[in-house]
Amino acid sequence: MNNILEIKNLSKHFDDFSAVKNVDFVVEEGGFFSILGSSGCGKTTLLRIIAGFQQESEGDVIIRGQSMKGIPPEKRPVNIVFQNLALFPMMNVRENVAFGLKRQKIKKSVIDSKINEMLERVGLHDYENKKVTDLSGGQRQRVAIARSLVMNPSILLLDEPLGALDRKLREHMKVELKLLQKEIGTTFVYITHDQSEALVMSDKVAVMHDGQFEQIDTPRNLYKNPKTAFVAGFVGDTNRFELQSSTNGSIMTKGGWKLQQPDLNSNANELYIRPEALIINPTNDLIDVDQFNVTIKTILFDGSNTKLSTIVNGSAEELQISLPQNAQFDDITEGSQLKVGIHHNDLKCF
Amino acid sequence: MKNNKNYFNFTFYLLVVPVLTWLIFMIVIPHAELLISSFKAEDDMGDMVFSFANYIEFFTQQIYWLTFVKTATYSIAVTLLAFDVAFPIAFYLTKVASKKNASFLILLLLIPLWVGELVTVYGWMVLLGDHGVINHFLMTIGIINEPLNLLYTNFSMVIGLLYMSVLFMVIPIMSSLASLDDSLIEAACDLGASKWIIFTRIIIPYSMPGIISGAIIVFMLVIGDYLAPNLLGGKHSLWFTEQIYNNFLTTFNWNEGAAFGFLLLMLSSCVIWLALKLSGQKLDKVGS
Repeated sequence: MNNILEIKNLSKHFDDFSAVKNVDFVVEEGGFFSILGSSGCGKTTLLRIIAGFQQESEGDVIIRGQSMKGIPPEKRPVNIVFQNLALFPMMNVRENVAFGLKRQKIKKSVIDSKINEMLERVGLHDYENKKVTDLSGGQRQRVAIARSLVMNPSILLLDEPLGALDRKLREHMKVELKLLQKEIGTTFVYITHDQSEALVMSDKVAVMHDGQFEQIDTPRNLYKNPKTAFVAGFVGDTNRFELQSSTNGSIMTKGGWKLQQPDLNSNANELYIRPEALIINPTNDLIDVDQFNVTIKTILFDGSNTKLSTIVNGSAEELQISLPQNAQFDDITEGSQLKVGIHHNDLKCF
Repeated sequence: MKNNKNYFNFTFYLLVVPVLTWLIFMIVIPHAELLISSFKAEDDMGDMVFSFANYIEFFTQQIYWLTFVKTATYSIAVTLLAFDVAFPIAFYLTKVASKKNASFLILLLLIPLWVGELVTVYGWMVLLGDHGVINHFLMTIGIINEPLNLLYTNFSMVIGLLYMSVLFMVIPIMSSLASLDDSLIEAACDLGASKWIIFTRIIIPYSMPGIISGAIIVFMLVIGDYLAPNLLGGKHSLWFTEQIYNNFLTTFNWNEGAAFGFLLLMLSSCVIWLALKLSGQKLDKVGS
């Protein structure tokens, strides 16, 4: 596949700080690319530079092999779905979707059929004469996406469009958006602070921190093999420990917990363990698995996300362990002892 | 429970009585009185009887209805001019200027209101007179040899009306524009709209309630104004309020004055109704 979007060494400096620092990446045609970062990490600035609303200080944005230097937003082959959607309140659904096409010199019959097709696709055909202010959150969402998609952009930029929706609807729209993208095949560049949105929908995710990309990878790799301490701590839940010493394939945390880790990065000083990587009651024949005992302090019940808060025996370290809600572990109670195992590969040291 | 209800009734009347008193004694009764007296005229015996004479007088005397039509057209024209002047000011103050500068500039705009209309009208007379600032300046630098006839013309009258009313257009438009999210403009831009399209399809329709409420205020202020037409327009100005003034204070024909007052009220009501219809705005939305 060829690259539809190339960002080359892009930086954006403001008076007293830099929002984007030397960012480099490519997006493949037809892909769903997410930029994940906490608020203030520079992801919105990056998106606005791609859209043309802000000027880059250094570097270049290349779309379909063509540099976008000096090309105004209205001439770029990208469209953006804004965080607050920015629907035109004085127009109805159809007029909102038609707004962009009417600016082009196309026959009215062609415009009409394009709009009908798009409204049909996002399931808003029955609402075309409604005022946008009378729609529900999810419907407004779809109007905003339809309004941009009907322009047939090379790339659709989405700036946290699901942020304002309630949780149930957000879960639903996540799947819907992913399916829509697959169906129409437009390249999506999606920015969000919600890791679940990024992981569920994307083909590739870039984790952005302090104006820089920490790691660009598939959602699975990002979760399984974080390359930096920031990614390990940011993506997914995790237990973090500070290391006292790391010698000879064995490590010791500051709280006095000793573990085996053969392929150790020698100057590591942090250890990350995911709650769900811990094996409860492991059998003795597992290879490369460290086994140890913990004391259960409390059970933090949260449905499918339930965790045990435990203390590792013989140390002061607190360790959270995922507790699957099935009959096997129903007899686990607060205050009891538990045998736990961890595979060497699941000990992430940085 | 019973006490509670009494308490509610007491506060309810406390709030409603001033409103009703004002409406009845200050609005309804005077207008009813005015309406009744407009239909009265002296008969041959010198008694007051019911009659359409005052209204017939208006339609048969050319000078009256010509003044009426002129007042209406000039008021509409001044309202349109006020929009032309006010919109860029309002846009600059809400979308371009920094918050700090904007509040200072609004303060500057308010100054003419503080000194009162009479003073600003005299100010314009000083500027526009035959030996006024503008003529003196133009003659000194040699562009003209004889003073331009600026004062006591329709031109000077329009300037005066515009100057006293433009602020009442700026403020409502500003409050409309303040709620216009910049991302709407960016979205339109992103969808390929030119500056002109953004202005005519997004910004103007969005601020329409403010524009119309500003236009109504300006129109009513202008059509009912007396000072500017009288002092700046001179003898030729022929503003309808002057006709009413003449009836009440020069010829002491209060009944005809009342009829003319009603005709002016009808005129402004009709124009405002028409403006609301044409712009597709609802009175409750514009009024808020």
